[in-house]
Amino acid sequence: MPDVRVVNLTKKFGEITALENVNLHIRDKEYFALLGPSGCGKTTLLRLIAGLIEPDSGEIYIGDKRVDDVPPEDRDIGFVFQTFALFPHMTVWENVLYGPKVKNFDLKEAETIGNEVLELVKLHERLDAFPNELSGGMMQRIAVARALAAGAKILLLDEPLGQLDAKVRNEIRYEMRKMAKDLNLTAIHVTHDQSEAMSISDRIAVMKKGKIVQVGTPQELYMHPGSLFVAHFIGESNFLEGSVADRSDEDLEIELRGGIKVHAIGEGVGKGERAVLAIRPEIFTVERGVHKSENALIGKIEKITFEGTLVRYVIRLESQDSVVVVKPSLAETWIAVGTKVTLSFASEKAHVFAYPEAGLMAETSV
Amino acid sequence: MKTKASETERVSRKPEEETSIIRHKADGVKRRLFRRKFTDTLNALSSKKTVKYATYLAAVIVFFALILLPPIIGIVIKWSTTQQVLEQPALMGRALNAVANSFVVALLVSALDVLAGIPMAWLITRGKSKWLSVLDTLADLPFVVPTAALGYSLLLFWNGPQGISGLFGGSLISTGWLLVMLLHFTFSYPVVVRVLVGALLDYKMEYEQASRTLGAAPFIAFRTVTSPILKPSLIAAFILSFARSLSETGATFIVAGAFENGPVFIQNMKNEFSGSAPATYEGATVFASVILIIISCTIFALIRILGPRLKLPFKGIWPVAERKLSYSKAAFSRNSVTLIVFVAIVLIPALFVALPAFQAVFTGTLSAAFSGSGVWSDYWQSLLLSYGLGAIVTLLGFIIGLPMAILIARKKLGKSLSALLDILVNIPLIVPSIALGVSLKFFWKESFPFMPELLLLIFAHLAITYPYIVKSMSAAFERISIDMEEAARTLGAKPFSVFRTIIFPLSKYSILSGAIMVFTRSVSETGATVAVATSLRTAPVVIVDWVKGTVPATSLEIGLGCGLLVLLSFLILFLLRLVTRGKGKY
Repeated sequence: MPDVRVVNLTKKFGEITALENVNLHIRDKEYFALLGPSGCGKTTLLRLIAGLIEPDSGEIYIGDKRVDDVPPEDRDIGFVFQTFALFPHMTVWENVLYGPKVKNFDLKEAETIGNEVLELVKLHERLDAFPNELSGGMMQRIAVARALAAGAKILLLDEPLGQLDAKVRNEIRYEMRKMAKDLNLTAIHVTHDQSEAMSISDRIAVMKKGKIVQVGTPQELYMHPGSLFVAHFIGESNFLEGSVADRSDEDLEIELRGGIKVHAIGEGVGKGERAVLAIRPEIFTVERGVHKSENALIGKIEKITFEGTLVRYVIRLESQDSVVVVKPSLAETWIAVGTKVTLSFASEKAHVFAYPEAGLMAETSV
Repeated sequence: MKTKASETERVSRKPEEETSIIRHKADGVKRRLFRRKFTDTLNALSSKKTVKYATYLAAVIVFFALILLPPIIGIVIKWSTTQQVLEQPALMGRALNAVANSFVVALLVSALDVLAGIPMAWLITRGKSKWLSVLDTLADLPFVVPTAALGYSLLLFWNGPQGISGLFGGSLISTGWLLVMLLHFTFSYPVVVRVLVGALLDYKMEYEQASRTLGAAPFIAFRTVTSPILKPSLIAAFILSFARSLSETGATFIVAGAFENGPVFIQNMKNEFSGSAPATYEGATVFASVILIIISCTIFALIRILGPRLKLPFKGIWPVAERKLSYSKAAFSRNSVTLIVFVAIVLIPALFVALPAFQAVFTGTLSAAFSGSGVWSDYWQSLLLSYGLGAIVTLLGFIIGLPMAILIARKKLGKSLSALLDILVNIPLIVPSIALGVSLKFFWKESFPFMPELLLLIFAHLAITYPYIVKSMSAAFERISIDMEEAARTLGAKPFSVFRTIIFPLSKYSILSGAIMVFTRSVSETGATVAVATSLRTAPVVIVDWVKGTVPATSLEIGLGCGLLVLLSFLILFLLRLVTRGKGKY
């Protein structure tokens, strides 16, 4: 069964460490995303799994077989390149049949496979076209079809949607997931686009500077980010600095700037230590005027931006910190700029992290 | 610490010094002001349409008047002399035979060179050893050895008693067609490898990687994906090698013995008939030249038209057999064969002349050489002439070629006219240089009988090297995105400014490497030189004369003569490499 395991994988390019001691287990038939800012090592990891580059140390397993020394052509993987890399001197049909041919499949069988996968990507009528006659979306689908025709059980997708227009990208990403699921494939999808990763993956590994910082389902990552970086990189977060005034188990009392005390959950940060409170912009309740309540922050609306589905408020707190709040744009009446408001939030939805040694900016920079 | 020292220095400066420094500074300011004014004038001029078009027009006119038309007219006005050949069937047969030999040798050698060059280029670009950069440099070496010296070197190695032949008691390979083939293989090898290395470096690795992930073993991936995509470069390498083989005269003459190809035939005609029967000489020369030029133009046209349609011979795939060719054992033996071919057929024979050159150093021939006695006074003069000529031709070529390169690269004349110009510029490249020289001479001697020989030499070398300089410059300009130019224009730069501050800095190293090619080509050239000059002799011509015994010289003297020529060429290349090292990559 094609699950993929990497153990203590390290890869250096000269002085630069692209991957450092990475451990990861991708389950059979899972749609898995490697997510991170550019230069985080996600493509390197994918290319290592494909065998296009060799690790400096560590082990890679596909199924039960250790494949570090297996050349890429014998790993039974399908790789979809960001630029698609369709062979420019071959037609669509020749491109699709290439894999079966070099793998010495019976020609009849190869053609059946070719027909099937072209049916699957709905590009049957463009058999004789050359790649430069196709649109980006078509090339993308041919690239996937080509990988499938070669009999891949594992699809490795390197920013497969990166070259496409926004609209096409949003359509194709669901197609990709559906296809992988229908065919019972294991898919590893590299992307820097968190909404892409969130919307199609079973699980996501968030990477930063050659390391995996958190692995989890989209919901887990969004609702329980393990670090400031994840809270910042996945979705959006407000960060407020303060210190831990009191704690009992997971429940922490944080004293923010201006002496305001609020409650939130968090681990690994002790009483008296500097901390950062992370709150998603959509979990605030906003009330006009000043109200006394639990977890209340008082401020003034400074700016409103209409974004279509959402309306975005920037609120200047009394402590001079600024907080972003989003609300559905049509469900509620907008609050005018200059209005004094009270923000409140549920303490179990806000997370406390230790103040990073390198500073908040450095920790969250991508 | 440092700042303190410089402070005390400043304090202790004498007043006279200060005034001189001020004067110096004032001079500098003046100079800068002058330069400023100069560039301002050029800027202003360059934005005038009339000036711009006048420059382009001048470049086109110079090309037609100096490079393209004279040889054509030269042949046409001497056409009637071919009657001489038609009346002598034996001579005609000899001429036709020689021309046929030229093409057979060129075709075979070029095919072999491309075959041998592919695995070498592959090894250089894909291998993992740290020694590959050394190999890369070694592969370039034979390119710098002027062909006349290379010819002598090969003669010594394959034929002379000191060389490999010594092991077999007698000469292993006698002068003739086989030695000519070996020679042509050797001097085209570095060119082919260079072109293929460049192509492999530019090639998008993703195609090959995609093929691997689809299940193709490395050899299959290369054959079915990489080589079809690189086909234009393979063809380009073939053409370059073919053109070089057709043109080479001096070295071929050295190793040919009784064998005749086109250039050797023309050379022999000159030696046999130019004194006794000038009409026969002219007729035979024109006859051979015309046939050489026509066939060569036809072949190049055919390659140009058919090349893109040419499918590589095997479309089928044999996964099992080809897999066996891909992995360690096969790769190891492939690399070994590649290296053995390179070392045994290219490198050692090409540098074998170092042996007698070293002997000469230790036997007193060197001091004789430096005293300039005997044959040596001629030699030093010829060296001076060769390098002087090379420098003049390079400079002139740059000046007249620059506007032409811009015209071609930026398609200033519209698509089809620019493409036509591109083809025309390349014609001198594919015409055998001795034929070019002969026809040039006819033209200039007929129209200006008192034209100095030096000027004729300059024109001939200019005609031969013109395609190289224009090609290298236009290719460099084409690589620079037109966006850069437009960005500079929108920021307020005048056309000349754009060239000076954007185009030139981005392309100067490619231009320099083009200039090196022109320079080495000019220094190496024998065919056109002997065709146009009788009293002036360049270094390779002198060496040919020595080797052929026209001028009596000992083998040590020849060895040293070749050695010095090679050494000087190496030095020049080395200096230029130092200047350009690690630069030119943006």
